[in-house]
Amino acid sequence: MDPIIANFIEENIVPKFNYWIYVILMMIGLYAMITKNNLIKKLIGMAIFQTAIILFYVSIGVKEAGGIPIISHHGSEHHQEAGAHSEAGSENLKHNIIDKDKYANPLPHVLMLTAIVVGVSTLGLALAISQRIHKSFGTLEEDEILNKLRPGGHD
Amino acid sequence: MKLFGLIAVFIVGVLLLSATQDFPSWGNPRSAASDGEVSSFYIEKTEAVTKVPNMVTAVLADFRGYDTMFETVVIFIAGIGIIAVLRNFEGSDSSIDYDNDDNGAGLLARFTCSLILPFIQIFALYVVAHGHHSPGGGFQGGVMLGASYILLALAFGLSKAKRIFSERRTMIFAAVGIFIYVGWGVLCLLLGGEFLNYSVLDSILPGDAMMARSYSMLVVEIGVAFTVTAIMFSMYSNLSTRGRLSKGL
Repeated sequence: MDPIIANFIEENIVPKFNYWIYVILMMIGLYAMITKNNLIKKLIGMAIFQTAIILFYVSIGVKEAGGIPIISHHGSEHHQEAGAHSEAGSENLKHNIIDKDKYANPLPHVLMLTAIVVGVSTLGLALAISQRIHKSFGTLEEDEILNKLRPGGHD
Repeated sequence: MKLFGLIAVFIVGVLLLSATQDFPSWGNPRSAASDGEVSSFYIEKTEAVTKVPNMVTAVLADFRGYDTMFETVVIFIAGIGIIAVLRNFEGSDSSIDYDNDDNGAGLLARFTCSLILPFIQIFALYVVAHGHHSPGGGFQGGVMLGASYILLALAFGLSKAKRIFSERRTMIFAAVGIFIYVGWGVLCLLLGGEFLNYSVLDSILPGDAMMARSYSMLVVEIGVAFTVTAIMFSMYSNLSTRGRLSKGL
């Protein structure tokens, strides 16, 4: 392979593949929202767009050595009492030293939890409105709806 | 239009991709987002301050309590909005509709669902109740509980599910969830603290101020679960029947 391309892949794609996936997914959603004529397909595009943003945020919170953001030695007070003679262990527990590199960043997870909730709410409401549009106009195609809305257009 | 869309999408995509040059690489623990003061505070202090090992739930229900409260209100408003947009009272809500030939799915599907429904619901309640110690919480457990009612409606017909979880009861449940959340915050006000400052509740809850925050998270999650369960089922029943609520899918 051409060394320039190989260099580009090694420096820009491999360590940052999560961003590439989020941009590609987001552009699929944006393309669907711009060009699709059917309202339901537009909504599908919106859902893909939201998923891309969620993926982006969660992937920033990843740490190489990190697990889930739930403290794993919880409930180890008994061990502390039992092994009080071992100096280092009890000292560690007394000051509650937590290595922050061992836990993924919890903040993106929280923000995306709320974003998912908003996504479900907007999607549900949008589906309800499109059902209503279908009831009023008999179609979900955007150009036909616009045609019927135009004053001179045939009803 | 298609060509225009393709060009616009391509330009935006190239701009976004060129911006990723400055972003931290995958899994870098020293990135600005992961090494900042806020994130470090949550990771290092959550258990010491609230006695809750699950940082996500602690941040959700305690540190960012306002956010989650209004999030629950957003779901509630979305449910009300769907009813306002879609609900159709013509030729529905009469007792005749309940006796329609709305038998749901076939025998095998009904039998299987009746077997697994109790387990789904117990697991959903476990996810809500254990949400501050293991992955889970009010939103997740509420969605599972709502899905169990949707499964009931799919298998046995919407009329049967509505006999258990009627529209009136759905909206009461949703409102009760918000009431639990906001009421818990007002209780903090009445006991002399700030709104949603759970640590002042130690005078009425067992344990110290840290345990009060832990218990309060459970209460708040239960409130969230009430609203989410009710609104999920309400969304399904309205969307699947075009607002008539007479016969499901």
